[in-house]
Amino acid sequence: MENYLIAMLVFAGLYGLMALGLNVVWGMAGMINLGLVGFFAVGAYISALLTKVIGMPIAFGVVAGAIGAAGAGMAVALVTAKLRGDYLAIVTLGFSEVIRITASNEIWLTNGTDGISGIPGPWRGEVTPEAFNLVFLAIVAVVVAIVVFLLQRVRHAAYGRVLRAIRDDNQVAAVAGKTVIRFKVEAFALGCAVIGLSGALYGHYTSYIAPDGFVPLITIYIVLALTAGGTGNNYGAVIGSVLVVFFMESTRFITEVVPGLQAVQVAALREMMIGGALIVILRLRPGGLIPERLPRIDLPEANLTEKKKAT
Amino acid sequence: MLTEVAQLVLNGLMAGTILAVPAIGFTAIYAVLRFPNFSVASQITLGAFAGYVANVTFGLPAPVAVAFAFLVAGCSGLICDEFVLRPMRPTGPLAAAIAAVALTIVLENVIRFWFGNDLRGYDLPVLRDWRFAGLRVSPQQVENGVIAIIAMACLFGFLAFSRMGKAMRAVADNPTLASIKGIDSVTIGRMVSFVGMGLAGLGGMLLGLDTSIDPLTGFRAVLTVFAAAVVGGLGSIPGAVIGALTIGVAEELSLLVLDPAYRTAVGFFAILLVLTLRPRGILGERAF
Repeated sequence: MENYLIAMLVFAGLYGLMALGLNVVWGMAGMINLGLVGFFAVGAYISALLTKVIGMPIAFGVVAGAIGAAGAGMAVALVTAKLRGDYLAIVTLGFSEVIRITASNEIWLTNGTDGISGIPGPWRGEVTPEAFNLVFLAIVAVVVAIVVFLLQRVRHAAYGRVLRAIRDDNQVAAVAGKTVIRFKVEAFALGCAVIGLSGALYGHYTSYIAPDGFVPLITIYIVLALTAGGTGNNYGAVIGSVLVVFFMESTRFITEVVPGLQAVQVAALREMMIGGALIVILRLRPGGLIPERLPRIDLPEANLTEKKKAT
Repeated sequence: MLTEVAQLVLNGLMAGTILAVPAIGFTAIYAVLRFPNFSVASQITLGAFAGYVANVTFGLPAPVAVAFAFLVAGCSGLICDEFVLRPMRPTGPLAAAIAAVALTIVLENVIRFWFGNDLRGYDLPVLRDWRFAGLRVSPQQVENGVIAIIAMACLFGFLAFSRMGKAMRAVADNPTLASIKGIDSVTIGRMVSFVGMGLAGLGGMLLGLDTSIDPLTGFRAVLTVFAAAVVGGLGSIPGAVIGALTIGVAEELSLLVLDPAYRTAVGFFAILLVLTLRPRGILGERAF
């Protein structure tokens, strides 16, 4: 039971990272990414292959996975940068499918649908499985904390302000002299890097990855996590992910209550609840549980009046 | 070699004719409501299964069952739009697009809940392939193609001559002007959701007649549908037809150089190519 809880927390952390990545893309810059799971897979495969086949250190593989996902994100964003967001939605959705097809068919590289097993994990084998679980939870927690810290810095910096301006009205941002396309592509790549990082960690945690593990449903989990937590809010992204994992696991118990269901019906019912939950939240609380609060900006006039008061 | 290429082009044109039906549905909804309605994937599946029930359970012949597929998917599209997607659209097209993806997951699993994951085939007479000049064509493919062409002819007639069709084109062309002229955009939105998703369902059944169906039928087809719509020009109905034929032929010809598993990827690369070179697609964004 403890192991189960720890494993769930690790997954909440991994989903939290993905939700943080999506928050950069969607929450901060207002761009859609419906192919999250594709970038997640890119990170996972790159890191798994580098560490298992070439024998690179795990940390190196994880960084390479993040960079690889960022590169893929940059390419996707460049193609659609000048177009309406609808096109980005279609292209990202297609991207995740193409990644899945490639992973299933390039057997020489990815071992096809059988997947890659025996991916090394930090201190796996040297400590008991229970201890490994705890160690990994600590690693994920530290990574999440660092990413939240860094993204909070981005959010409060001038850079984050430009992204918000682009999100709210990219024409105004362009008039103010910001190179909208460059910011959009950078933000998209940054978000994908975080998602790739999560994918790389996922592979090292489970020690096994296969194309079946990268289904579009995961994208829905993450969109649900971010929307539930509060789009635009980094803390919301993490809290939302914990809630989503909790919700997903509780649907397991809810479906047990209904008697006489076959396994496939139970699975269908759970997925229905996930999709339904996203629709309900988008409808009733589009801002999420913790809506975004914009950082306070000290306007020059405000300073002026304070000085006047002082004198 | 030449006959092989001719055979592939022929197959591609027939596949493209069928593909054009759901692609028109997707692009028509985009033209009027201005958001990519990703739930087209599950409506394709729903239509395929509605046709299956009509064909296998009620024993109706395929050309009649197709009408049933149209009606069921159309009604489902209308209801989903009315209660799920329309309330989201004021928030922005992307929120509606996300909701549409969630909707796809829900509908797909409703189908899975009732029918399970098994592959199912329609109840069809087994016919010998027709041969001429070294080319093969199955009577079923020809029948599907004819059904698709009739459906498209009806749609073009509807858009060109009926009052409602003209109003629909007006809203797609210039929503502000249309509303000044007293056209109720909500009614038009309902109509396009019904017709568009109906066509998606009909297309789903035609796709299934060729092979077999399962709850992922629509999801597998949907990338090709998007590719057809984008290549032809997102929002352009004749564009969707041309895009579908292009993608159909390109997918078949890709078999000469690529592994068949990468067929779906052809659509994706076609999207990337068109967006890089000619983002508005072959025919641009004008609806009709």
